[in-house]
Amino acid sequence: MFEDLYEEKLISLEEKANKARQLLIETLLTAGSGHSAGPLGMADIFIAFYFHILNHRPENPGWEDRDRLILSNGHICPIRYVSMAMSGYFPLEELKTLRKINSRLQGHPHRTSLPGVETTSGPLGEGISQAIGIALAAKLDKKTYQTYCITSDGEHQEGNTWEAVMFAGKLKMNNLTLIIDRNNIQIDGFTENVMPLEPLKEKYEAFNWAVLEVDGNNIKVFVDAIKEALAIYEKPTVIIAHTIPGKGVDFMEKDFHWHGKPPNQQEAKKALNELRTLQGRIQSEHQ
Amino acid sequence: MLDPDLKLNQKIFDTDAEKQATRQGYGEGLAELGEKNPNVVVLTADLSESTQTEKFAEKYPDRFFECGVAEQNMAAVAAGLGITGKIPFISSYATFSPGKNWETIRTTIVYNQSNVKIAGHHSGIATGPDGATHQATEDIALTRTLPDIKVIIPCDSIEAKKATLVSADINGPVYLRFTRDKTPVITTEQTPFELGKIQTFWTSTNPQAVILATGYLLYYALLTAKNLEAEGIDVLVANVSTIKPLDGQTLLELAEKTGAIVTVEDHQVAGGLGGAVAEFLAKNKPTPMEFIGLQDTFGQSGPPTELLAKYQMNDKAIAAAVKKLLARKS
Repeated sequence: MFEDLYEEKLISLEEKANKARQLLIETLLTAGSGHSAGPLGMADIFIAFYFHILNHRPENPGWEDRDRLILSNGHICPIRYVSMAMSGYFPLEELKTLRKINSRLQGHPHRTSLPGVETTSGPLGEGISQAIGIALAAKLDKKTYQTYCITSDGEHQEGNTWEAVMFAGKLKMNNLTLIIDRNNIQIDGFTENVMPLEPLKEKYEAFNWAVLEVDGNNIKVFVDAIKEALAIYEKPTVIIAHTIPGKGVDFMEKDFHWHGKPPNQQEAKKALNELRTLQGRIQSEHQ
Repeated sequence: MLDPDLKLNQKIFDTDAEKQATRQGYGEGLAELGEKNPNVVVLTADLSESTQTEKFAEKYPDRFFECGVAEQNMAAVAAGLGITGKIPFISSYATFSPGKNWETIRTTIVYNQSNVKIAGHHSGIATGPDGATHQATEDIALTRTLPDIKVIIPCDSIEAKKATLVSADINGPVYLRFTRDKTPVITTEQTPFELGKIQTFWTSTNPQAVILATGYLLYYALLTAKNLEAEGIDVLVANVSTIKPLDGQTLLELAEKTGAIVTVEDHQVAGGLGGAVAEFLAKNKPTPMEFIGLQDTFGQSGPPTELLAKYQMNDKAIAAAVKKLLARKS
């Protein structure tokens, strides 16, 4: 189990999340295509995982007792790549190869291309099932690692998501923790306009899951929620993490048009300026 | 004549020849694997009886997962197990798996290189009375177009058991295709089975054509050879139990030797065995071919033998195809 989040560590995580957002903007600019809003919104959660929650060894990605972090909505992989590079899985320099030919950093993550990417994903609704399989293997092998799975809210429109939710409820998968990036946007607009998901909490409860709801852009609150989830033994737990798509870049925040496109040169410059200003604010907010 | 070296069932043409469904061999293979290999796990989607996974389930309940009627979840759960040291076998009707859940198989099993074995049951019009919705006739095409998968179609229950056992030793995705109906037992326990090898089951002194068959229809191909022999036409009959990887070398030898090929499969003629053979020969040795299978049509309800007659896939149809080819040659 990870340690409690003391003040200095929290500040360092928040700074890292900000740094991750800057790297993300630079990476997307170089790539020339990819998703902006989701990765920015999930920077806090990914940094919390890679620098605090996960029991992992970046120098030995295949270590068999590692916690597993499954990314179901593969399209937000740039933030996973950034977090992995920052924590030592591969050099930061390699981020520049995202979506380029012969890169290990595929546009949607490919397990065997990049050690540390736990599953291949992109087509939606397939992550929870794979996470269940990994968690089942842990039970069969009497391993104590935890399997975490990050999903988007939009992919709850996929029928197979609910096949998996039903199955995990049946098997009382208490070594599985699900995180939903509830940012309310998808390609065609706001989720509640495209295909309403609410009441999401009640849906999960009806499928025999424990449900926690938190602010996904508050690292302290999120880490506490994970701790609470790990203490729930009788059923699988889902954390509905409310995040702001595009978080940290004013002109991107809450605008679904930024779901699936990268910034151009000018937009990137503006975004980076904003994020660098934010960097200074993190320290002062904690004083 | 039946190749004596292969120790085939000599009673195959008797009226009371033994019949067993290939799915039975799958069930027996799984039960044996359960004992031999603690990493083997079995998943089904509400079809444990008809996919013959019950025996495994009874003996190894901790390694058996009933997924309910949810084939996509079953495939991806297996993918997760398969990348975590387990050897999952997923069992359903082929129309649903790899039919309904094809993209899940593509992404989470094959592209993901997860060690999952996909068992597709109730393949072909031999499924009979259930009708076309339950007769998988496109599954070979669906699977063999996926990179890095192996596609195995056993010709009888004994070969089915061997194929099931062998597939557990292969590190990577495998598609195994089974039949519901009881069909003649062609091989014996002593018949050698080698993955990726085309075996000539029927030999003759002056073969003018080779019949390449996959699955239970191999029996009809052998029957055809026997009947043609009586008419003075010599052919070879080969068992193509592995569609992918295709045994190109043997295929070339057979094409070389006979210069005429009939492919036989209970599947659409597009994209299956015939397609695979044609793709290979068009490049390496263009050879006149005829294709026995469904000619761009769906099946329907009915007894398998009547369906095979209606869709021109039985021994009579195969013999006609051979003669048509011989006419083309001369």
